Amino acid sequence: MGLKGEAAIVGIAEWKPERRPAAPPVFTLEQWARLTREALDDAGLSPADVDGICATNIRESDSFVPSTITEYLGLEVNFAEVVDLGGASCAAMVWRAAAAIELGIANVVVIAAPSWPSPRPPNPPAGPGGWRFGASSPNFGSPQAEFDIPYGNVAQNCGYAQIAMRYGSQYGYDPEALAKIAVDQRVSANHNPAAVFHDTPISIEDVINSPMISDPLHMLEIVMPCFGGAALIVAGKEVAQRVKNRPIWITGFGERVLHKTPTYAADLLETPLLPAAESAFEMSGRTRAEVDLIDVYDCYTITVLMTIEDSGFCPRGEGQRFVREHDLSFAGDFPCNPYGGQLGFGQAGLAGGMSHITDAARQLMRRADGHQVADADVAFVTGNGGLMSEQVALILEGG
Amino acid sequence: MPDAPQPPLPQPTEHTQPFWEGLRQRKVRIQYSPSSDQWVFYPRSHAPATLADDLEWRDIPGTGTLYTYTIARRPTAAEFAGQAPQIIAVVELDEGPRLTSTLVNVDERDIRVGMRLQPVFDDVDEHTTLLRYEPLTE
Repeated sequence: MGLKGEAAIVGIAEWKPERRPAAPPVFTLEQWARLTREALDDAGLSPADVDGICATNIRESDSFVPSTITEYLGLEVNFAEVVDLGGASCAAMVWRAAAAIELGIANVVVIAAPSWPSPRPPNPPAGPGGWRFGASSPNFGSPQAEFDIPYGNVAQNCGYAQIAMRYGSQYGYDPEALAKIAVDQRVSANHNPAAVFHDTPISIEDVINSPMISDPLHMLEIVMPCFGGAALIVAGKEVAQRVKNRPIWITGFGERVLHKTPTYAADLLETPLLPAAESAFEMSGRTRAEVDLIDVYDCYTITVLMTIEDSGFCPRGEGQRFVREHDLSFAGDFPCNPYGGQLGFGQAGLAGGMSHITDAARQLMRRADGHQVADADVAFVTGNGGLMSEQVALILEGG
Repeated sequence: MPDAPQPPLPQPTEHTQPFWEGLRQRKVRIQYSPSSDQWVFYPRSHAPATLADDLEWRDIPGTGTLYTYTIARRPTAAEFAGQAPQIIAVVELDEGPRLTSTLVNVDERDIRVGMRLQPVFDDVDEHTTLLRYEPLTE
């Protein structure tokens, strides 16, 4: 069942995340063009090689997204996909591209997550519009609009804090263990010149003493929103074996989508990742012990803790002990987000969900200068969307 | 200076109107699906999982337990700044379904996951009553 491992990541483009962009805004379509060009150059391929695209939403068009992109870039494709799984979108795009390639539909697929600011219209329409309340929908008939938003249950902090509070009530809560996740990842960020917090070390005390935003989450346990963008080229065997980079094979995946709001979870502590990770390992034939590094979605420290548990690296409820007993930095015995993670590198919109994949690919290509995990061959990667309610797991292997 | 934005209010639909009317009358009223012996919240057109169209409205006591919560030290949106710090809760009704609410009439030091709760009917304007919760008084 599943992938045979005959599609590989062969090219990477990633813009340095910035909190306050100095460069001017760029239309999403132009970002697509730039990122595609950079990722193809990285692989040594040309636009004529591309026969598939995988996209997320673009600013310039609410619908017909793929054809808007192919028309602008002058591409002709056999595989045109839009994925709307929030922070899980990029990981979800990777396995979709691999599946299309293994089915013989496409040979070279571009995946992009442009997350740089777009120009505002010179005469914006009056009144409120656009995206309010984070990921929560204010539209008429939306259950969130009617039953969650009126009580202030909006955006992300509230839901993740509720998950953390429930976790603590079941398994106990060790704020220092949670803080250590942010601290260890910051150590890696301090060795990654592209990270927004490259120059700023932190201690466990700094995390605990940072302002309480939504109990039990402190400010330094919460991701820093940034701007950026990233793209990958996924290619089939024949192409992968002639490009200049070490091919990074996609050998296993799992995906599971449940609810949107934590209130309606069947069990808030039973993450969708549990079966998704099991599927990814089973498909790849790899064991947890064979994994050299994990690049897992880290919007909050609690997300990392529960991901380590539900991915099977330690039993549920023992994650805090596990974190205390292991060095999670790039040089440690259990490298977790060795590029700094979104907590240390920055979360550039949907490209934040690509950063775990770009890092895993770079680590396995042995191109993670300054924060390279030694002899890395097998990586476990996750994407996480909504409020730990839509999750994807990937196994990537160099070779 | 413009007025601070006000919290958005629910806009009932044909499927949800009985719930909101119930709150106005100081009753908690949710849906039940006889074919699957399942209580349902939020209100829907079809029962989740079975997609049966036999949902009927029943009055319940509205009591429940605290499943989880957070205290939003920073408002979750500008609209809620006037209510800060909100205690945003997930309440598990005794019938099983969970709902989003806020806790009122409680000292934050006394809040415990699993504590018993009872409804508070909050008339936020002349049309709308929200369902908030406070510690159960026997």
